[in-house]
Amino acid sequence: MQSDVSALEVRGLTKRFDRPAVDALDLTVRAGEFYALLGPNGAGKTTTLRMVAGLLRPDAGSVSILGIDALADPVAAKQIMAWVSDEPMIYDKLTPLEYLEFVAGLWGIDPAVSGPSAQQLLVSLGLEPHLHERCEGFSKGMRQKVALAGALVHDPRLIILDEPLTGLDALSARHVKGLLQDRVRAGCTVIMTTHILEVAERMADRIGVIAAGRLVAEGTLTELRQQNGRNDTSLEDMFIALVNTEAAAA
Amino acid sequence: MSSAAALSWFARHEIRLAWREWLAMIAGSRGKRKRAIIALIVFVAIMHLPAYAVIGRFADLQAPLGKPELIVITATIFLAWALMLSQAIESVTRVFYARADLDLIMSSPANLANVFSVRIAAIALSVTGMALLLSTPFVDVLVIGGGIRWLSTFGVVVAIGLTAAAVAIAITVALFRLIGPSRTRLVAQIVAAIIGAGFVIALQVAAILSYGTLSRFAVLTSDAAAAYAPALDSPLWWPARAAIGDGMVLSWLMAGGLVLLGAVMAVFSPRFADTVVSVAATARSVRRGARATAFRGGSRQQALRAKEFLLLRRDPWLLSQSLMQLLYLVPPALMLWRSFSESSTAIVLITPVIVMAAGQLAGGLAWLTISGEDAADLVATAPLQPSRVTRAKVEVVLIAIGAIFAPLIAALAFASVTQAIVTALGVIVATVSAAAIQFWFRVQAKRSQFRRRQTSSRPATFAEAFCSIGWAATAALALTIPIAAVISGAMTAAILAATWKISPRRG
Repeated sequence: MQSDVSALEVRGLTKRFDRPAVDALDLTVRAGEFYALLGPNGAGKTTTLRMVAGLLRPDAGSVSILGIDALADPVAAKQIMAWVSDEPMIYDKLTPLEYLEFVAGLWGIDPAVSGPSAQQLLVSLGLEPHLHERCEGFSKGMRQKVALAGALVHDPRLIILDEPLTGLDALSARHVKGLLQDRVRAGCTVIMTTHILEVAERMADRIGVIAAGRLVAEGTLTELRQQNGRNDTSLEDMFIALVNTEAAAA
Repeated sequence: MSSAAALSWFARHEIRLAWREWLAMIAGSRGKRKRAIIALIVFVAIMHLPAYAVIGRFADLQAPLGKPELIVITATIFLAWALMLSQAIESVTRVFYARADLDLIMSSPANLANVFSVRIAAIALSVTGMALLLSTPFVDVLVIGGGIRWLSTFGVVVAIGLTAAAVAIAITVALFRLIGPSRTRLVAQIVAAIIGAGFVIALQVAAILSYGTLSRFAVLTSDAAAAYAPALDSPLWWPARAAIGDGMVLSWLMAGGLVLLGAVMAVFSPRFADTVVSVAATARSVRRGARATAFRGGSRQQALRAKEFLLLRRDPWLLSQSLMQLLYLVPPALMLWRSFSESSTAIVLITPVIVMAAGQLAGGLAWLTISGEDAADLVATAPLQPSRVTRAKVEVVLIAIGAIFAPLIAALAFASVTQAIVTALGVIVATVSAAAIQFWFRVQAKRSQFRRRQTSSRPATFAEAFCSIGWAATAALALTIPIAAVISGAMTAAILAATWKISPRRG
């Protein structure tokens, strides 16, 4: 279910630390699409997404989320967006259900709506036996699932995930992928960074490759192959070729 | 590498780790270590002044000592031992639970009994080393005032350091066997936290109940204490006799300390591996939470406040660390209770104690709520203005402080309405100051880093302490010399303004 409305529109986004981390980046993600952002370590993927999520203030540029200027009205933008980092940040002393209730409270969701939804989410992620256990004893994979459930409980229209499959076993990863695809089918937009190229290849409607803070390639898998001039090449080969080209140019 | 060489290498590794942990504790970050060491030397130098004020008068003491002197010196040594024991228990629990190298050590082909023996020795060394450093100004004062014989006090410090480490290991392992690994850490840390303060407070409580004074020496030098004390030739007085230069007794004490530590190493080192394995096996203990409805309904700020209170309630160790300051309120509360019947003017002393305790407690709570956010990204991406998040968190501090101190202030109002009003104002100003300082110097951290909060920002730590002391003094002066209170208040406000000026969040 895709439309022409942009879920995310980034223009001239710039962030410098000791060197440019994100360099005048332009990026457009359509509403209802699954967008995979790829790039080597230190390419600027996480910095870009943290700026979009309102966790980092850009030095320059604009961020628009479903038509809302996220820099001018961050509260309105955050209301329709969710962020999941690669390092799940949850409260050890809360149970998964309590964590989800807290998230729902922060987003101002009616408990009558969020309660059943929270329970259903946790069950669908295989956490049913642990609903009332404190998170302090959870493995990283379980924590990641709780964090993901927290991101989904307020029914966001844009979900941004930074390496969400890190630390998940095969079954859990399949659960998560299924859940994300369900959301996309329901009209939600998902932007995800990943180092697992197979996941991007199989799940993403479009793929963006970022290197040295700039978008160096973008399109569907077919479009990327056409750009690369070889129809039978794998995403991994294309990715390595693109990154090597950028490294040589730098 | 021979077995002896391997042990010596591991000992060097342990000492290097202990040194770096200690430096990190003092300096916070690597770049500031040189400055921290200089500051520490300056601090030790400055400490000679209070050391002189406290024990300068004892420098002339000569053997044979009478019971009152023996009691005072023995109690002082016992206090030092209790503090060292507290530090040692904390170190042992850290070795059991917090060191990231246990998996590596356990999976290595090294002789684990030997490795853990070295680790126990390293704990003893670090505890004793710290005690030697802190006792230096006091010993210096005694040596300068009373002669070189007082140098034997260093020997006493070493002996009690070894004993404290040995007892700490025995206590921790015993706790482990009695209550299991999952509760040992919590209980051991709480025991460590209250053990030192408990002795001081117990003496103050005894002094208040018996003599209506906050002075600990009133009890120690009393006829009653002398009557209950053992005979002059009792081994109980050995540490005191060793401290004033009895070489033979000092040798016995040091030998006793070494034997005790050696015995503990021999008994517990081979079992350490089993203990560590048990800790790892129970690390995933399941704690079920009551079905909470704290977040249901209400505003977003209410959800934040409910979360803070729930997390505080569910973390007894953190709570005990925060509420430690409240233990110090027990003596003034008792003083207050006595003053009802005896209309003592000493009741004025309660105001600065309460104000200072409020400032310190508020600082800890403000750090937990403002900086100690385990899900910082979640809160930062929530659809709330950052100012509202901060407001909700500061409100938690104010509510907690209000709930703790309001009953005490209400009781004070029965004795003196004016004093109660001044105390309430002092508590509010001290709380707001502490919260403001934590807000200006906030850094993202895990709640579990609470123990190290004071090293994350030196200016914030000192500003918080100075402001608490300043507002406490201002409140006390407002009740006694109002004009001096104006000056004291202005000075404290100036400290607060200067803190804001140098804070990273200014503007």
